[in-house]
Parts: sequence; structure tokens; C-alpha cells
Amino acid sequence: MTGRKTVHTDVAIVGGGIVGASAALALRQMGIGVVLLERDLCGSRSSGVNYGGVRRQGRPINQLPLAQRAHRIWGRLRETIGTDGEYLRSGHFKIARSEADMASLERYRAQSRDFDLGLELVSDARLRERCPWLGARAVGGSLCAEDGQANPRLVSPAFALAAQRAGAQIFERHKVDEVAHDGAKFVLRSGNTLEVHAPALLNCAGAWAGPITTEFGEAVPLQSGHPAMAVTEPLPFFMNWSLGVEGGGIYCRQVTRGNLVLGGGGAGVALDADRARSDRDAIASLSAQAIELLPALRHAHFIRTWSGTEGYLPDRQPVLGPSRTTPGLFHGFGFAGAGFQIGPAAGEVLAELVRDGRSSTPIEAFSIERFFPEETTTSPP
Amino acid sequence: MTTTAALQPVIVGAGPAGVRAAQALVVQGLRPVVIDEASRAGGQIYRRPPASLSQRTAAMLYGFEASRANAVHQAFDAMRDRIDYQPDSLVWNAQGGVLDVLHNPTRTTARVPYGQLIVATGATDRVLPVPGWTLPGVYTLGGAQVALKFQGCAIGQRVVFMGTGPLLYLVAYQYAKAGAKVAAVLDTSRLADQLAATPAMLRQPAVFAKGVYYVAWLRAHGVALHSGVRPLRVLGDAQDSRVAGVAWHDGSEERTLACDAVGFGYALRSETQLADLLGCRFEFAPLHRAHLPVRDAAGRSSVRGVYLAGDGAGIMGADAAEWAGERAALALLADRGVAVDTARAAALERKRHKLGGFREGLERAFPLPHDWAAHAPDELVVCRCENITAGTLRQTVAENGADEMNRLKALSRVGMGRCQGRMCGVAAAEILAHATGLPLQQVGRLRGQAPIKPIPIHLAAAPSTEGAGE
Ligand SMILES: Cc1cc2nc3c(=O)[nH]c(=O)nc-3n(C[C@H](O)[C@H](O)[C@H](O)COP(=O)(O)OP(=O)(O)OC[C@H]3O[C@@H](n4cnc5c(N)ncnc54)[C@H](O)[C@@H]3O)c2cc1C
Ligand SMILES: Cc1cc2nc3c(=O)[nH]c(=O)nc-3n(C[C@H](O)[C@H](O)[C@H](O)COP(=O)(O)OP(=O)(O)OC[C@H]3O[C@@H](n4cnc5c(N)ncnc54)[C@H](O)[C@@H]3O)c2cc1C
Repeated sequence: MTGRKTVHTDVAIVGGGIVGASAALALRQMGIGVVLLERDLCGSRSSGVNYGGVRRQGRPINQLPLAQRAHRIWGRLRETIGTDGEYLRSGHFKIARSEADMASLERYRAQSRDFDLGLELVSDARLRERCPWLGARAVGGSLCAEDGQANPRLVSPAFALAAQRAGAQIFERHKVDEVAHDGAKFVLRSGNTLEVHAPALLNCAGAWAGPITTEFGEAVPLQSGHPAMAVTEPLPFFMNWSLGVEGGGIYCRQVTRGNLVLGGGGAGVALDADRARSDRDAIASLSAQAIELLPALRHAHFIRTWSGTEGYLPDRQPVLGPSRTTPGLFHGFGFAGAGFQIGPAAGEVLAELVRDGRSSTPIEAFSIERFFPEETTTSPP
Repeated sequence: MTTTAALQPVIVGAGPAGVRAAQALVVQGLRPVVIDEASRAGGQIYRRPPASLSQRTAAMLYGFEASRANAVHQAFDAMRDRIDYQPDSLVWNAQGGVLDVLHNPTRTTARVPYGQLIVATGATDRVLPVPGWTLPGVYTLGGAQVALKFQGCAIGQRVVFMGTGPLLYLVAYQYAKAGAKVAAVLDTSRLADQLAATPAMLRQPAVFAKGVYYVAWLRAHGVALHSGVRPLRVLGDAQDSRVAGVAWHDGSEERTLACDAVGFGYALRSETQLADLLGCRFEFAPLHRAHLPVRDAAGRSSVRGVYLAGDGAGIMGADAAEWAGERAALALLADRGVAVDTARAAALERKRHKLGGFREGLERAFPLPHDWAAHAPDELVVCRCENITAGTLRQTVAENGADEMNRLKALSRVGMGRCQGRMCGVAAAEILAHATGLPLQQVGRLRGQAPIKPIPIHLAAAPSTEGAGE
């Protein structure tokens, strides 16, 4: 006899990353029934291995409403998930390495003026005074004092635990092998052990969301990327800010224990579909840039490197919103290396979509329709 | 022959396994690259002191093992100019058929490509901590022995050796022979364990006899030997700035003894990170209470072109390491299309296989104290890099449901420091298994990542690409 268990619920979620778990939590807060299936452990993939940057600065302007909404959630993190997850509004400083970079930071400040990010441009003498540890390549930068950092290993699993405490049924080590719609509801199967029936389905499967979109006839060009990460031994504490550079390439922050966490690039090596490591050339490039940025690091040691697997769409914007083919199906994936900060807001948006059919935060830019332009133009006005 | 096979074979580790592997390749006219972190070949057991310190004879350094040590050293010295030997060199990363190697004296890192690779990375001490183990003056058994062999100095004037395993009595004997006062040997296994294991141990009568000899010698020289003990703590002096004694439970009561140094350990654990980076498949090996890279009888790993030999693939001791090294080299040669002596290959496999029963005997004689986790107090520091206690680990299990090593690490920071779990991993897994009620096998193992040991950032930044040995 097979011991298959069948569960009926309002909403089924595939994926227990920060997006799926925060959607589960938001749904429970609305009193909606939730079953979440996670192939591995909640928060063990992208959401648990990322750099931990919690920043709004530098995001595409169309992501800022979502980022602002997330900022408010981060602000009451402890009440929401029961832990501070080492979240600190320590400031995020984006470094300019040329006058052109500086001009572009100024432009960003102007473009984002409506969003109350509180960006402050710092250069010349003030730069040297405020950050004597910066290498000579830095000519200035832009500080967002309210942005910050958190420990993803703690935060992301805690969202899932909070959802569970709020009444979500969470099945870890349950891979969804099959999804179908029987005309009335979605049917999810995990091996021979579990079947979930629900009228609504959230596709929060991160880099692995493709099979579900394909199943419902809306395949998108989703690809995997693997940012390289490295961490040093604990060093005397010298830097509060989380650093990024204009134009990208490297970011780094120092945790309270003193370790520096560094990241950058999209050049990890995939071991298989699920796992990745830092690539040696990526580590070499990170190291060179790190020393240039922070010369004091020269004699520090790396104790570990790692990577993760994250979903990217060609325009580096997520897919967030309803399916174009199947009522009751909503997507939230493809956060392109920047979904940790906005993940909790994406979760709330998905919950609103289920309950109200619409989101109170603008998400048109993330519609899956953008990958099907010709069909969109032939539809009646 | 493919172009990768045409590259020189590379051997990591110049212990008994690596040396015999190199020798078998050299005999066939190959010129292997031999990379070893140590400054002189010999590995752990046949470690050679620096040339400037080598006044002591092999007999003084290696005792009964002197002739074997000499044989391995001579085999190495004789082929010295027919191999590309890279001492003082740490393999810190492996990716895509290339090793990253940090040469310590010149502080440079190079890339060494390989087509075929023998991993003979040996072992380190297996540590189950005891309260007070972080006090200055506490060493692992291996560390205590290295101090004696390599630097010619003792860890203290009045030393207690504690734990279990064959090394326990051996190191105590070596210390006493070298003139140090051995205050006591405290063995967690019981006499009854040793008696029950005697038939299996007699499969290697010579080795067994040596063990019996060490014990008898220690006893005859008035060293107190206690078995069936449970270590309670290492006592500090008034300022807790140094070891002042040890406390243990002898089955009926608590006892203490003054000393100024402690050597402790519970046999050995395999160095498996390189095999992990190479993508070798791991399985739980009940005899070793560890997840180990799998290999066939010849030493082939699950990854084509990668061979495993010696203690790095499972603790079998120095003799077995020599056989496994040679056997793996024969497999490598055969895979290159070289005709090898199949009778020799079979004989090597038979010898190693026969040792299996003896190894089981050893485990029965000196079992890891299975109740260690149950007795580890909450305030015991398990991970000293990150200062993580047994209590914190238990709390992480209770509050967050961690039931797997990598999750435990992520949530508690255990194994996240400089040693990356090499020291604390064994103990953390025991605590996790006990706290969850799961079998050890099921709590898994810490995933390996580069660098294998910490490396300076500026070296990671500046690689020089190098053809093997040109
Ligand atoms: C190395 C790295 C660094 C990053 N740095 C930052 C940063 O500093 N700041 C920032 O904002 N963002 C950062 N990101 C991006 C951020 O981590 C991700 O955008 C975010 O975590 C995505 O969350 P998610 O829930 O969509 O995906 P994930 O966390 O990947 O979760 C998806 C989950 O779905 C599960 N799943 C997949 N298929 C199935 C199935 N069939 N059945 C069941 N479960 C399934 C997976 O196991 C996984 O747990 C980084 C990403 C990486 C990889
Ligand atoms: C500290 C210690 C003391 C011991 N004392 C005794 C004893 O007295 N009697 C006894 O019978 N057995 C002893 N043993 C066990 C004995 O050492 C082994 O059974 C035997 O040495 C195994 O041989 P091997 O070639 O497999 O490995 P080893 O002899 O351990 O040699 C492995 C070599 O690989 C090198 N290496 C490892 N990783 C890397 C890397 N990433 N890059 C470069 N080089 C690397 C190491 O530096 C080492 O030189 C001891 C073990 C240890 C750890």
C-alpha cells in the first residue's frame, strides 16, 4: 500500500525561499489556508546563502515601490519573524571610482527623489575623513543611511518558521514532481508520499521555476547565475557600511564578529542543476578588487568561499504577478541576484493577488506578459 | 591516450601512501608531481624533523617503526630527482582538472593541472572536547607527538594522556621514553572492550604485540593506567591561564590529578576536503563513524582519474597506507594503458582486506565513547574558533529544528571559523545526533568549499599558471 497523504488547502506554494515563505506568512495573516512544499530545507538555497545586502539604493526605479514596501517589513522584522536575523540599518555606501561614476550616482539620486531614500553624496575630503580605510581608487560615493545588511542564513529560515507558527503547513524535503490543473484546482504531487489540492498556486521556485511556467504554456527564458562569495577570518572591526561599487563587480560588508563578507560577479561554477561553487577566476577577481577597495585586506585570509543558484531573466527583472494562461496561478521568481531585500514584499504582493486579484504595489513591469509581446499586441484593446 | 592522461600524474600527500604511489609510477618511467604541505616527506607517522634538528636517530624518533620509517624515507630519497616534488605546498582548491597550490616559503600560488590524481591526504586527530580543553597546555595526542618528533620537545613536565585509541598508549610511551613524567593514562574504553577485541586483534600479531608491549612497559615503569574513565574536565590554575590538573569519573567516584599538560584524542579522522572539492561521492562508513569518499578495492574514486589512498579515505594505519598507495598507482597506470603486475595488485588488495578484521578489532577495543554527547555539559565549548557551546547547539535543535549538519552550521556558526569544522565537526555531529535522536549517519556531513585552509587574500588575487613541473 502506498502511504500517500492528500491535503486540501486554499493556496499551495512551491519553494520555501524568502519569497515563498513570506507569501505563506502573509497568507496566514489574512487567514488563508497554506501548504508549502520545499524540496530541501526552507531558506537553504539562494535565500540562505546570499551576501545579505538589504539595499534599495541602486535598484531599477520600477522596483523602488516594492523595495520601499520591503523596507517597512524589514523595519519590524523581529515582530514579524521572531528574530532580528542580525539585521542592521548600517548604511549602504555605493562607491564611485571615477567622475563619470559620481555623475551617475547623482543622476540616480535625482531619479529616485520621489522615494525618500535619503541618499547623501560624499566626496573629496569628507570621503577620506569618514572612511580612511578606503583605497585611492575611490573618488566618492553615495550613502543610503537606512539601507543595511542581515544574516540570510538566519532570516530566511525564520520566515518559514514564522509562517509555520502562524498555521502554514510546511513540508520540507518534499520535491514537487508534478503540477497539473484538473479544471477546478491545482494538484501537486511529491513522490508517492504527498498530494496537495488547492484552487491557487504560487510558483516561488527560484532558479527552478521554469518547469512550472512550461507546464502552463508560458515558458520564459530563465537562466541560472552563481555570484561568487567569500569570507575572511574575523578582523578588528572598522567598517559599518555595506559597500557596493557603481557599475558593479564587488560588494562587501563586515559583520559584528569581524569577518568580512565579499561578493560579486555572476561567475560561479555550477556543480549540477542545484549546487554551485565560487569559480577560481571569480575569487581572483574579487580578491584583486577587494584589496584595491580596502588596502588593509591585503594581509587578511579568506577562510571560505561559496556560491548559490539564482534565477535570472534577460532584463534582470523578476516575474511577479498572475499567470497569463491559468487563473489561480501566480508567479514570483527570477529576482536576478537582488531578491533578498524585496523578497518579503514580493511575498505580501503574492498574498494580495490571491486574496484580491490585485496588488496595492505597482508590479506591471514584472508581468510575465513582457515575454509574449506579439500575442499581447494582437489581443483586443 | 587522451591529452589529459598525457599530463604528469599528480599525488597530493607525501606520507606512506603518497611515497609508495610515487615509487610505483616512477618504476614505470613516469615523473609524478608530488605535492605536500609538510617541509619533508614522511607524512604524519614518519614525520622528519627539520634538517637542522635531525641529530636524533630513527630509532629514537620512530621506535619499533624505525625500519619502516627508514624504508619509506629511503624510497623517497632514492627517487627524489625522478619526481617533481613540491614540499611546503598546500593544495587549497581544485576545479576543472587544475589544483591551486600555495607555496608557503615564497608566498605564491600556482595552478597545477592534472589528468590523473592520487589523493593521499592522511588524517588528523579525532577530537571530542572536554570542559577546559581550550586552556593553554592542552594538546591533541597527535599534536603532542608532533612536538616530540618534529621539534624534539615535550608539551609539559608532568603530562596526562586522556582519551582512547592506539595512539594513546603509544604517545604516552614515547613521552616516558623521552624522559617526560607521565602522570597517568586515562582511557575511556574498558578492559572488557580490549579483551573482547583480542581475537580480532590477533590477526595482526606483531602490531598487537607492540600495543601489549607499550602497556606493559608503562605499567612496569609505574605509570598509572586507568580504563573505563569518563573525563570530566581539565582543571586550570588560579588564573585559568594554564593547565593544573584533570578530573575524571572512574565509574564509582570522581577523581583528580595534578599535571601541567594534557594530551588527548580519540584516534583519527580522515582529511577529506580535497576529495570533496574534487566531487567524489561520499557514503557513511559505520566502522569509521564518518562519511568517507567511496572507492573500489583498487582505490578508484567515483570521479574518473581521481584515486584515493591511505588514511584520507578511511583510517587503516601506516602499513595499509603503503599498500593502498601502491595499489592506487597500479590502477592509475592500468587506466593509462600500461601493463601492470596484476598478481602484485591482487596481493596488495588481499593484504589490505585482511587488515579489515584487525581494524574492526581496534574499534571494538577503543570505541569512541558513545555516551560522550549525553554527558557533554551545556557550557562545553565545542567549536573554539566561534566559541559555540554544546548548549547552543542543543538550543538550535530545539528552537529551530536543525537536524542536519549544514543547517546546524548555518544557524549556530559551528564549524564556521578558521578550521572550517576540521576540529569540531566530529563532536558537533555527535551532539546533533544525540539531540535529535537520529542516527549519526543521518545528520550528514559539512560540505567542503575552497580554500581547504585559510589563504591570504592577496595570493588568491594573483595566480600564476604553471605547466606541471616544467
Ligand atoms: C550568492 C548570492 C548572493 C546574493 N546576494 C544578494 C544580496 O546581497 N541582496 C539581495 O537582495 N539579494 C541577493 N541575492 C539574491 C537573493 O538571494 C534571491 O533573489 C532570493 O533569495 C530569491 O528568493 P527565492 O525565494 O525566489 O529563491 P530561493 O531561495 O532559491 O528559493 C526557491 C526554493 O524553491 C525550492 N524548489 C525549487 N524547485 C522545487 C520543487 N520542484 N519542489 C519543491 N521545492 C522546489 C528550492 O529548493 C528553493 O529553496 C543573492 C543571490 C545569490 C545566489
Ligand atoms: C599526528 C599523527 C600522529 C600519528 N602517529 C602515529 C604513530 O605514531 N604510529 C602509527 O602507527 N600511526 C600514527 N598515526 C597514523 C599514521 O600517521 C597514518 O596511519 C599514516 O601516516 C597514514 O599515511 P598516509 O600516507 O595515508 O597519510 P599521512 O602520513 O597523514 O600523510 C598525508 C600527507 O598529506 C599532506 N596533506 C594533506 N592535505 C594536504 C593538502 N591539502 N595539500 C598538501 N598536502 C596535504 C600532509 O601534510 C601529509 O604530509 C599518526 C597520525 C597523526 C595524524
